[in-house]
Amino acid sequence: MTEPTSTAAAPEAPPDRGTLHRPSEAVVPLGVVAAVVVAIVLVYAVGDRATDLVTQSVVTGLLLGGVYALVSVGLTLIFGVLGIVNFAQGAMLTMAMYLVYEMTSSGGLPVYVAMLLAVPIMFVFGVVVQVALLNKLTLSGSHEGPLLVTLGLSLLIINVLLMIFGGRPLRVPGSVDGSVEIFGAVASYERLIAFAGALLVAAALLLFLRRTSFGMSIRAVAANAEGASLVGVDVRRIYALTFGIGAACVAVAGGLMAPFLSLTPTVGEQFTILAFVIVVLGGLGSVTGALLGGLIIGLVQTVGALYFPGTGSLILVFAVFVLVLFFRPQGIIGASS
Amino acid sequence: MTTLTERPDRPTTVSADDPRLRDRSAARSYTVLAVLVAVLAVLPFFLDDQTETVAIRTLIFAIMAVGWNLMSGYGGMFSFGHAAFFGIGAYTGAYLLVEHGVSPWIGMVVGAVISAAAGCLIAFLCLRYKLAGSYFALATFAFAMVFLLSVQNLDVLNRTEGFNVPILSEDSWTMMQWKAGSPLYFWIPLGILAVGLIGTIAFVHSRTGQYAQAVRDDEVAAASLGIPVMRIRLITVAASCALTSLAGSFYTQYYFFVGPEQAFGSAVSVNAIVPAVIGGIGTIWGPLVGALIVGPLSEWIADVLREPPGFLSFLEGLSGLDVAVYAALLILIVLFMPKGIYGTLRDRFRS
Repeated sequence: MTEPTSTAAAPEAPPDRGTLHRPSEAVVPLGVVAAVVVAIVLVYAVGDRATDLVTQSVVTGLLLGGVYALVSVGLTLIFGVLGIVNFAQGAMLTMAMYLVYEMTSSGGLPVYVAMLLAVPIMFVFGVVVQVALLNKLTLSGSHEGPLLVTLGLSLLIINVLLMIFGGRPLRVPGSVDGSVEIFGAVASYERLIAFAGALLVAAALLLFLRRTSFGMSIRAVAANAEGASLVGVDVRRIYALTFGIGAACVAVAGGLMAPFLSLTPTVGEQFTILAFVIVVLGGLGSVTGALLGGLIIGLVQTVGALYFPGTGSLILVFAVFVLVLFFRPQGIIGASS
Repeated sequence: MTTLTERPDRPTTVSADDPRLRDRSAARSYTVLAVLVAVLAVLPFFLDDQTETVAIRTLIFAIMAVGWNLMSGYGGMFSFGHAAFFGIGAYTGAYLLVEHGVSPWIGMVVGAVISAAAGCLIAFLCLRYKLAGSYFALATFAFAMVFLLSVQNLDVLNRTEGFNVPILSEDSWTMMQWKAGSPLYFWIPLGILAVGLIGTIAFVHSRTGQYAQAVRDDEVAAASLGIPVMRIRLITVAASCALTSLAGSFYTQYYFFVGPEQAFGSAVSVNAIVPAVIGGIGTIWGPLVGALIVGPLSEWIADVLREPPGFLSFLEGLSGLDVAVYAALLILIVLFMPKGIYGTLRDRFRS
C-alpha cells in the first residue's frame, strides 16, 4: 500500500491539479474569504474596539499569517506526497533558526545571507531524514510509524539544541531596522520582508510544481505512487526530495522569522501545532490551501487576541480546527467529491 | 489473579475449540501478574527515598502506558492527546479536594468517570466524522491542546497557577496523605497498575476485547459480521481514558501540586506513548516493560551527568540529554523493532 493519502477518511486533494478550477471548487474558498472579510468588517462596526487597534491587529495578523503559510506549505507538501504527518516540522524550523543564529553570531553574516545558506543545509537534512528514517515506513504504508518517528525526531532535535545552546533565549541580530505605516498600523520592515519573502517562496514553489516536469512527477506521486512508478518515476527519489523541499521551506521561514523572535529550543513547537491547524484548514496536500489557511489563522490569532488576551486567542484557533475537522475534513481547497 | 489451581487429571489432548485453551493463557497471565505484584509490593521496604520516587514515577508511566495501549494498541485508535485524560484526572481530584474538601478517593472515581465521558465524546465525534489514522491522532492532539489552553485561561481552575494540595499534619486515609516515604505511596499506584493489567488481561480474553481487535484489524469486515463497531470502540476508549485519569489523580496527591503543563502538556501525552511503543503496542506486558525502561532512564542519565565518567565529561551539567536519549530509543525501536521490545522477544520465543 503505497497510496500516500490512504489514511484520510475524506478524499484527498492532490496538490493543485493544474488549472482545472470548476466553478463548484472555487465556491468554498471564495465563501471562506468572504466570511473572513465580513468578520473583520463586523469587528470594526460592532466589535467595540478602537479602530486603529483593529487595523493594527489585521495588519499584524496578515504579516504573521504569511510566515505561518510558508511553514505550512512545507508540511502540506510532505503530507500530500508522502502521506506523512510531520511532527518534527516545528523542530526543524527551530533548527533552521539556530543555524541562522550560529552563522550570524559566530560567522558574522547578515541574517538574510545566512538564511540562503541554511536552505541547502536543511534540504540535505530533510533528504537524509527521509532516506535514513522514513522511506521504509512510508513505502510499507504504515500510518503510525512515521508519526512516531517524526515525534521522536522532534524531541531529539529540540533536546540536542538544548544541550548545545542551553535554554536561555537568544537573539539573532537584525540587519534591517525601522518600520512603515500601513493605514495607520505599524509594520516593521523585518515583518514585511518576512511576509513578502514567504509569499514569494510559496509562489515559486507553486510554479515549480505546476510548470516543471520534476514538479509534475511530484504531483504524479501524490496522486498515485504506484501509477507514477509504473510510468518510470523513481518514487523513493521523489519522496526524499519532497521531504527535502519541505525542510527547505522551514529553513526560509526560520531565516525570515529569526530577526523578530527570541530563540529558544522550544520556539518551533507552537508552529508545529499551528501548521497542522493551517494545513487541515486549507486541505491536507493543497499548497494554495495552506497559503489561504495561514493568512486566516494569522488573522484569527491576532484579531482574536483583542478579545481573548494571552493564550486565549489560541483557543479560537483550535475551535476553528475542530470545526473544520468535523464539518469539512477535506479543508477549504479539498476535493468536494 | 488468584484463580489458578492446577488440575492434576487434565486430559493430555484437548480439541482446538476447548475453552480451557483460552482460559489457560488468561490464567497464565494472571499468575504472572500475581507474582509480579507480590514481588513489587515488598520493594518499598528495600528502596531508599530517592529510588522510591523513581519507582513511583515509573509506576505512573506504566499506568498511563497501559491505559494508552488499550485504546491505541488494542483499539487501533492512535491517541496523541492522552494528556487530556491524565489532566482531567489530576484536575478533578485537585479541584474537588482544594475547593470542596472532597476526599481524593472520591475525586479519583469522579475524575475517571468524567475522563471516560470526555474520551467517549471526543472519540465519538472523531469516529462519527470518520477521522482515522493520522487525522484521529491530530484531532486528539488538538483536544488536549484545547484543554491545556482552557485551563490556563479559566479563573475557576486558577489559570497557570494550578492547585496546591493542602499538607496535613498527620496521616489520613480519607485524604490519601501519609508522611513522606510511606510505602502506601508506592502501593496505591501499584494497585492501580494491577487493576489496569487485570482489566487488560480480562479485556483481551473477553468477547468485547476480541471484537475490538477485529474492528482494529478490519472495520468493514467486523461490521459486516454484526459487531457493533461504534459501541465496541467507545467501550475501549472509556476504559483507556478512565485508567489514564487514575494516574493523573494519583499524580496530584503524590506531588501535592498540579499545574496546566504537568497535567495537560504535550509532554504528558508523549509519556503515555513512548513506554507503550518501546515495550510493544498491543501486548499485555509491553507497556509495563517500556515503563520499566523509560522510567528509570532519565534518573540514571541524570546520575551519570552529575558525576560523569571521564569520556563523557563534556556532557556534564547539560540538560536535555535524557529526553534526547529516549527520543533516539523511540526512533530506533519504531524502525527496527516495530513490535517493541516485549513483542519482539515474545515472537522469538514462540518460534
